[in-house]
Amino acid sequence: MDSDTSTIYHRVSLQIRLVLLFIWFTVSYGCGILFRDWLDVHAPRIGEAPFGFWMAQQGSIISFVLILIAYAILMARLDEKHGYREKSEAGK
Amino acid sequence: MSQDVLNFIFIGLTFAVYITIAVRSRAASTKEYYVAGGHVSAFANGMATAADWMSAATFISMAGTVAISGYDGSRFLMGWTGGFVLLTVLMVPYLRKFGKATVPDFIGDRYYSKWARGVAVICAIFICMTYIMGQMRGVGVVFSQLFGISIPSGVLIGAAIVFVYAGLGGMKGITYTQVAQYCVMAFSYTIPAIYIAMTLTGNVIPQFGLIGNYTADGELVPFLTKLNNINTDLGFREFTAGSMSKTNMFCITAALMFGTAGLPHVIVRFFTVKNVAAVRKSACWTLAFIAVIYLTAPAIGAFSRVNLIQKLHNCSYEDAPYWFQDFEATGQMAWVDKNGDGKIQYFGPDRSPIKTSSVFLGKAPEYPAYDAPERQRIGEYGQRLLINKADDSNPNELWFGNDIMVMANPYMANLPMWVIALLMAGCIAAALSTAAGLLLVLSTSISHDLMKHIIKPDLSDKEEVGYARGASFVALAVAAYFGINPPSAFIAKTVAFAFGLAASSFFPTLLIGIFSKRMNREGAIAGMLSGITFTIGYIVYFQFLGGKKEDYFLGITPEGIGFIGMLINFIVAFAVSKFTPDPPQDVQDMVERIHIPSGAGEADVH
Repeated sequence: MDSDTSTIYHRVSLQIRLVLLFIWFTVSYGCGILFRDWLDVHAPRIGEAPFGFWMAQQGSIISFVLILIAYAILMARLDEKHGYREKSEAGK
Repeated sequence: MSQDVLNFIFIGLTFAVYITIAVRSRAASTKEYYVAGGHVSAFANGMATAADWMSAATFISMAGTVAISGYDGSRFLMGWTGGFVLLTVLMVPYLRKFGKATVPDFIGDRYYSKWARGVAVICAIFICMTYIMGQMRGVGVVFSQLFGISIPSGVLIGAAIVFVYAGLGGMKGITYTQVAQYCVMAFSYTIPAIYIAMTLTGNVIPQFGLIGNYTADGELVPFLTKLNNINTDLGFREFTAGSMSKTNMFCITAALMFGTAGLPHVIVRFFTVKNVAAVRKSACWTLAFIAVIYLTAPAIGAFSRVNLIQKLHNCSYEDAPYWFQDFEATGQMAWVDKNGDGKIQYFGPDRSPIKTSSVFLGKAPEYPAYDAPERQRIGEYGQRLLINKADDSNPNELWFGNDIMVMANPYMANLPMWVIALLMAGCIAAALSTAAGLLLVLSTSISHDLMKHIIKPDLSDKEEVGYARGASFVALAVAAYFGINPPSAFIAKTVAFAFGLAASSFFPTLLIGIFSKRMNREGAIAGMLSGITFTIGYIVYFQFLGGKKEDYFLGITPEGIGFIGMLINFIVAFAVSKFTPDPPQDVQDMVERIHIPSGAGEADVH
């Protein structure tokens, strides 16, 4: 593997991570804690639950699962593009 | 058939399944003992990790916390799931690529030092011990309920079972057993929730019930509004409002999340899958399986609060449901008839001029000895009397342990007996699976990292496994002691301390180790030591040495201090590394290499 590919790979994968971590922070600390009071009043209710409360108890957890799914898919694509994909028999 | 008999049948059946699996896949070599030979599929590993992850704290304590504190309980919900994002995105793929069997292995090699490895072993021991203490407490609560005995006796029985059980299989046995345990846990947690959601809200799915309408009265009221009203009527804060400061809430959630990403027994799980891509997939599965339980917990908490208040508040003791006496007998619920009217009253802090709602003086209920005269033990209405003096500053008469809510839930909702039996089996599975996983990591740290790599390098495979089993025994004995005398009255909090310790020691050290080529051994060792010392010091000072609430740093409770410990770790590590020499070239090359995902090979046990 030439070092050029690996630098690009490293940079892109870092970008994917930063974006996902930004979402991670926003849904949990942002919606669930820091801006909860404001969101409870101003954001649309989820069913009958205030938005911030719902994010803290349900929404953030659902988002975490989606973030991990996105991460697995995006990284698998990136691996393939740069030829790092392993065949199923690799590593035995 | 009585409830007890049914409980034992369910528990017996599930145990038979676990033990059959464990024996059939008994570890033959050290490699199988530690990492199951690296041949576990992402799906199975995800399920097993979820079972490992969901401990007594999750299963027994968390919904109870939500029931008591409403919004404030979210700190556990977010903290114990959000950490998986950090773990997956920042840590495990690299650690897997590095290909070592344990966390101290990585730290020892990355920081090219026996000392770093030694410090890591000590941190791992502290983290796992604190964690197991919480589990032993959980086992104790379940067994005490099951046999109608006190919690200390429950803890001892539980410890004996965990020891036999954990010694059997090694990682391979544990992985497949945990798959079975996850299934038991998931069913036993969601089935009662579905039943209760149907009776209270007419909704089959508990999560929809939570945000839907309350229908049990005939007229439709939003469920959360109903709950808020119940709470404020009795002098409690609204369910959807929090009482914790934002800073404290933030720090606790952060300590739990970063702690998750530094927990050795979770990281180790991902060494059992075959390559980096499978690690990412496995983490998805893990979190999805965990989410099933975590999304149900808030619903259970809210429902059980409504049920508890409707069943007990203003109910005369003689008419109280039968289960109230069962919980009184095990010391999990208590009633002090302050106004002498023979009725149970449950009130919150807003009903008292000095904003308290304590039922009696002292932390936990204490009872007269069994051979004391009857009038000291049994009150006018047949209730169990306490030694504690009544706290007359407020009208609240009902005391119950947070940890009992989940177990009391099906009783309160009059669910069929088999549901209760299933729940008991689930509780035991939760505590057992985590305790077994933790014991494995703890004993590995001692036998593999401490004995083999630091003290006695010529250890044979057989001796190593022997040391591992010996270490498990000692660890369990210590954990049982602290299960009987816990650092905090409720499980989730004790376990939260373990996360604080992990956040302040392993998370920063692993993260910098992966992403920075410049970090050297001096920085890492100084960082780990300062982070964990600060955190342990703060917890011990405020939990054991009688530190006052007013002295909290920025109002942060000991649960959340791990986050500050983590920041200290980062700062100290970078500062020290600035003034000490760079790591050798081969270590820097190694860091470069682990950023490429391919060629992970099998986890190396050497």
